[in-house]
Amino acid sequence: MTATKAPTPSPPQQRAVRRLGDRVFAGSAKGSGIFILLVLAGVAAFLVSEAIPALTAPAEEIPGGEGLTGYVAPLIVGTLLGAVLALLVATPLAVGIALYITYYAPRRIAATMGYVIDLLAAIPSVVYGFWGLAVLAPALVPFHRWAADDLGWLPFFAGPASASGRTMLTVGLVLAVMILPIISAIAREVFSQAPALHREAALALGATRWEMIKMAVLPYGRSGVIAGAMLGLGRALGETMAVAIVLSGGAGATLNLIGSSNPSTIASNIALRFPEATGIDVNTLVASGLVLFVITLAVNMLARWIVNRRADFSGAN
Amino acid sequence: MSTETQSPVLVAGEPGAPIRARRRLPRYAPLGLYAAGIALGAALSALTGFSTALTVVYGAVLGTLAVYAGSRAVEGGRKATDRLVTALVTTAFAIAMIPLVSLVYTVLEKGLARFDATFFSNSMYRVVGEGGGAYHAIFGTLIITALTAVISVPIGLLTAIYLVEYGRGRLKRAITFFVDVMTGIPSIVAGLFAFALFTLVFGNDVRLGVMGAVALSVLMIPVVVRSCEEVLKLVPNELREASYALGVPKWRTVVKVVLPTAVAGLGTGITLAVARVVGETAPLLVTVGLITGTNLNPFDGRMATLPVFAYYQLTQPGTATQAFLDRAWTAALLLIILVMALNVVARLISRFFAPKTGR
Amino acid sequence: MAKRIEVSDLNIYYGNFLAVEGVNVSIEPRSITALIGPSGCGKSTFLRSLNRMHEVIPGARVEGKVVMDGQDLYSPDADPVDVRRQIGMVFQRPNPFPTMSIYDNVVAGNRLNNRKMKKAESDELVERSLRGANLWNEVKDRLDRPGSSLSGGQQQRLCIARAIAVEPDVLLMDEPCSALDPISTLAIEDLMAELKDRYTIVIVTHNMQQAARVSESTGFFNLNGVGQPGRLIEFNPTEKIFSNPDQKATEDYISGRFG
Repeated sequence: MTATKAPTPSPPQQRAVRRLGDRVFAGSAKGSGIFILLVLAGVAAFLVSEAIPALTAPAEEIPGGEGLTGYVAPLIVGTLLGAVLALLVATPLAVGIALYITYYAPRRIAATMGYVIDLLAAIPSVVYGFWGLAVLAPALVPFHRWAADDLGWLPFFAGPASASGRTMLTVGLVLAVMILPIISAIAREVFSQAPALHREAALALGATRWEMIKMAVLPYGRSGVIAGAMLGLGRALGETMAVAIVLSGGAGATLNLIGSSNPSTIASNIALRFPEATGIDVNTLVASGLVLFVITLAVNMLARWIVNRRADFSGAN
Repeated sequence: MSTETQSPVLVAGEPGAPIRARRRLPRYAPLGLYAAGIALGAALSALTGFSTALTVVYGAVLGTLAVYAGSRAVEGGRKATDRLVTALVTTAFAIAMIPLVSLVYTVLEKGLARFDATFFSNSMYRVVGEGGGAYHAIFGTLIITALTAVISVPIGLLTAIYLVEYGRGRLKRAITFFVDVMTGIPSIVAGLFAFALFTLVFGNDVRLGVMGAVALSVLMIPVVVRSCEEVLKLVPNELREASYALGVPKWRTVVKVVLPTAVAGLGTGITLAVARVVGETAPLLVTVGLITGTNLNPFDGRMATLPVFAYYQLTQPGTATQAFLDRAWTAALLLIILVMALNVVARLISRFFAPKTGR
Repeated sequence: MAKRIEVSDLNIYYGNFLAVEGVNVSIEPRSITALIGPSGCGKSTFLRSLNRMHEVIPGARVEGKVVMDGQDLYSPDADPVDVRRQIGMVFQRPNPFPTMSIYDNVVAGNRLNNRKMKKAESDELVERSLRGANLWNEVKDRLDRPGSSLSGGQQQRLCIARAIAVEPDVLLMDEPCSALDPISTLAIEDLMAELKDRYTIVIVTHNMQQAARVSESTGFFNLNGVGQPGRLIEFNPTEKIFSNPDQKATEDYISGRFG
């Protein structure tokens, strides 16, 4: 017996005896958990330490010559523009897909359909970049031309239209395809958890299928959809390769979605410039990465907070 | 369109109708209206030079409107709205299918050009034009992915065990929360983290395969934790109690009862986590870089990996542009095959390793 | 083998909640002791405290003493794992390990503790335990099949075989028949009658006929209201409890006149 003696607090404390194996195993499990916390802290700490030279350097040494803020600001605009566009396109589609799979598709093939949509999430982002560049961008060129001609009064379609289609609009759509499975997976889950009692009650009152969904499913799933959209937003903000390949970026901040000069995004800017960067450029890029880290962290924490708040009152688990 | 059960069309007030009969569109009506919509759409698109895409778009819109109007007239507003939403929801699904089909088709079409033996057996060493292959990149990806798994699986699995079997109170909540947060770390930031870490230790301009593995681990660990945690939670408490009641210490219970019971789910989750990182490009771009020759030692200098290889072949083609593009697409095809294969393996694991229950 | 258990002034807490209060009882060796009472009265909690199984739930603790043949189960240097090796337990729902064969299930207690056994030795142990659980003749030709391939009643007897294979002194049974059909229940009751020659058996049951059929002594647990701790109201020979109980509450419960 490997019973080990420990100090002896009298009952009601009965955790006196613990075996060596138990202590080692529990300790390593706990240690791994703590290690993860350390890694996350390390991510923040190391990024800060590498970013400090750029934070303290005089403005003219930063690429562009306008200081760190001047360097990062257009990138932030580009990042937000692409991600928000993706979110606006993807969320309604994802809700539609989730409803279709949970309540409209024939029962027998619904699971397969869900699996097919999940496959969209499995495709590597670099491949999405390939597809966006080779297929989507050329396919959207006519739309760009039409939008510049007929919707030019909107600041988003100010034109002149890009001839290559490698614009923020195309990037937004590629990102939308990429985050579609994320949002629809979460929406599917919350929709399918809508209480059967409520659904049946609605149907028993003579509701049509849509009225049943409106009455019993959507109110129940709303916060889940919002949280899913936030997670999708976080993914779109940090997406790198697809943007780096598709977007012809590098210009200043603009709201024009269809022009040939677009602001780059933080992530794609890092991917494009980092391999050749030296000296203070590296620190500048790391500093911009830190900004991205903070933005996505905020978005994700918000999303998790919404999810957890929902879990608290839904009684699930 | 409509999948509802159709009752015979009865006129309201007809004698013998047991319940107040509802007026309904005949079963073939929506189909007919959609066909009409498509025909009209074809005509419309012909005005601006015929295109299949526009025909389908016009047809779907016109057909939906026609069904809505028809249903509104015959069946009333509520039923019409129901039909409209059905059409919208179905369209949403159809739209989502377009990029998937288009993407798979494009990658297959362009990728098969160089899907040959040379591609799998040659590196890019001293290749400037045609020929060459991704031998070095394939092995680089396999080695770095394996190294990532070696780092991530023990940490992720142990953390999941902590959360399910041991964790309590604040620390458990903190770990759960930050693992969730970690799943949202952008992959490029993970790359920068590994870069910053190794730069501090080894000085500037260090590029190592293991740096890529560390970066990918930051992405993989939270995925492993989440999926393993879900699976371990599914192991019935009765089994743990049965083991305790036999005088088995807790850690042996976890190792010999809980883990074997959950092995199928764990295998599936870990395989899917590998699939998630195998195609990651950005972190490898900033940590591992790329070389043309074969380097199989992750602790010594740059390595080639499949995603980074594909990226540079596409974006920095040399003089023989088409040869570079062909290699890029073949690498992309290989990546998709790899990811799909891992997905299939994950499904097979969950099917064949699941504990046989007689109940 | 069988041992006597003396319980004195036992209070059982879940966190700050007092679940069972002030139990004093002496459980006789080589006999069956039944614990009856309404749901939520703490009889299962009490049973689980006898082999420290309740400690699996975080925050559970006890005050008082449980002494088995002079050995204090809750003394600071008593190891709950050792306690459970001496006091086996059978649960409400049969829970054979789904990853193991019938054979492996029976030797699980030894094998999970890494006790090395020769093949002949473990074969002998399996046969002895399965015979002890009246299951040998039914499963001897398919010992390599998964334990979960058996019927519910057979699974429960497999769990009993598994429990007696570690050669405990005491066997605790927490409503062992409540998930079984009447014929399987009868088989388990017959088995208990045989086992009591060698073991001290404590059984929790909701079935008063069962308590009356199998047990020598019976304890009646009750609580005054929701949120109140459960108490051992009466402990007497089964015959007396069912014919002429000391307490009014016991009589009310047994005769079904109970809120």
